[in-house]
Amino acid sequence: MSTDAEIQTRLIVGFEIHVQLATKTKLFCGCALGFGETPNSALCPVCMGLPGALPVLNRQAYDYSVLTGLALDCEIAEFTKWDRKSYYYPDLPKNYQTSQYDLPLASNGHFEIETKSGTRRIGILRAHLEEDAGKNLHDVPGCSLIDLNRAGTPLLEIVTQPEIHDPEEAYTFCTELQKLVTYLGVTHGIMQKGQMRFEPNINVAITTGGTEYRTPISEVKNLNSFRSVRSAIEYEFHRQVHDWKSDNGYLIKERPNENRGWDDDKGVTVFQRSKEGADDYRYFPDPDLVPVTVTQDWVNEVRLSLPELPAARIKRLTTDLKLTTEDAAAIVANRATADLFEAAIEAGGPATTLMKQYLNVWAKLANDQDASIAGLGVGHEAMASLAAMTEKGVVNATAANKIAEALIGSDKSPETLAEEMGLIAVLDEDQTEKWIDEAFAENADAVKDAVSSPKKAKKAAGFLRGQVMRISGGKANPKITGDLIEARLAELASEG
Amino acid sequence: MAEIDESLVRHVATLARLKPDDAEVASMTRELTRIVGYIDCLNELDTDSVEPMAHPLALRNVFRADEVRASISAEEAVGNAPERERTFFKVPKVLDTGGGA
Repeated sequence: MSTDAEIQTRLIVGFEIHVQLATKTKLFCGCALGFGETPNSALCPVCMGLPGALPVLNRQAYDYSVLTGLALDCEIAEFTKWDRKSYYYPDLPKNYQTSQYDLPLASNGHFEIETKSGTRRIGILRAHLEEDAGKNLHDVPGCSLIDLNRAGTPLLEIVTQPEIHDPEEAYTFCTELQKLVTYLGVTHGIMQKGQMRFEPNINVAITTGGTEYRTPISEVKNLNSFRSVRSAIEYEFHRQVHDWKSDNGYLIKERPNENRGWDDDKGVTVFQRSKEGADDYRYFPDPDLVPVTVTQDWVNEVRLSLPELPAARIKRLTTDLKLTTEDAAAIVANRATADLFEAAIEAGGPATTLMKQYLNVWAKLANDQDASIAGLGVGHEAMASLAAMTEKGVVNATAANKIAEALIGSDKSPETLAEEMGLIAVLDEDQTEKWIDEAFAENADAVKDAVSSPKKAKKAAGFLRGQVMRISGGKANPKITGDLIEARLAELASEG
Repeated sequence: MAEIDESLVRHVATLARLKPDDAEVASMTRELTRIVGYIDCLNELDTDSVEPMAHPLALRNVFRADEVRASISAEEAVGNAPERERTFFKVPKVLDTGGGA
């Protein structure tokens, strides 16, 4: 990664990623997710760990996990079981976490990302299902307050191979993975709500004098923003190289691996605990849950719900519709929005104009309402006709903006709205000439500049066009207006 | 068979958040050695060709649909807690010893 006078360093990063699944209920009981209201209001004997309660697996959580495994090109296990990971912590009511230990439901896959140095294929070691713990609050001196609403939430843990060698690459990997899983619809993927948590395992290979040394691995816990992922990795890279330089015994197996936390304000990682001696979780099969066998039919059924993935879709849109990669990526970012766009194309919307309106008009309206474009509730046919009307000059761009806004929450067609709002462009030359007469009469100085001042001519002509648009109330057709003004000015010039 | 010695007993006690005194450690070491030694006779069987058993029942694939079922109220949930604060469980302050999913 970098070269000092005498040492070479290479960053090594692998990820553990927790993805909160978008099920309605918890992994092993029917308590509702989407809590956040009253503490401990979404509990039952199962997720409270009361004696005698029996967990039953949520089929949807398993299907979402298989779908994600397929999207990551994993092998789907034919047989899995549930294991208890035992440890004591107040937010873990059963004193064990139900997880998949030695038989993860998916393994041996990969995920491709585009980086500055080309396509990178990152190996996926495994993905398994487990349940989340509750939450501790420490806002009372000397005490902790426990809210178990989150306990039992389904998490898909994805573990990558240690194949990332650059903080920027890590950033790209995490953002692209977040896009993928939200695209699949298996998670809402909202980072601020902790619905995706990233834990990089970081160390550095240092080569000097023909010998390679490796620093101890640090695991930075619970990062929930992409920016902090990148910053924490950058920080750890420099810290580990520095620590090795000041202590040549700072090596894996010589010093313990450690857990660290990220302090976003100070921009540093903070030591949490050393992993001296392996963690002893005493895993054993959970007798309360029976194993899962997945048939080929089941996998095929899930595979049917696998959508065209973002990378493939961007490629197709750039090829078929001649969109730029950047524009296609903007459209594909949200699956429902991309579906709507393609439906509008299908309904006869002209691609280029539709694209422009999507990124300028619709995106802006969506942004104003804090919604996605699909979330505006405007149908694909309305979008297609508005684009077609704009392309044909039936309405001009400014009018199209107004019509788009009026379409939200309306069941009228763009044509009807354009008529009602008096926004149908006037293609009639006589009417346009009248507006031009008015504009020229009001702006004699500009007319003079346009005719006789080579320096100011272009700007003045543009100004006159704008005045015609204003006087017409936005109904003048820009092309017709421009042509007529040009002809009129040429005539005035020849008259001298 | 793993040898049950005092350090192993102390380790297991720590994991279980138990604090046995020295006399208890000594007696537990003796007792556990006898118990594990008894179970150890299972090792006389040749199990090389036997699949590990993940569950004693032959049942597979017991699922429920992703449908919300009524939960108990927050009041009921914390009703039996030794200490509470509003509808939180209130516990002695814990330092992070690294649990978590």
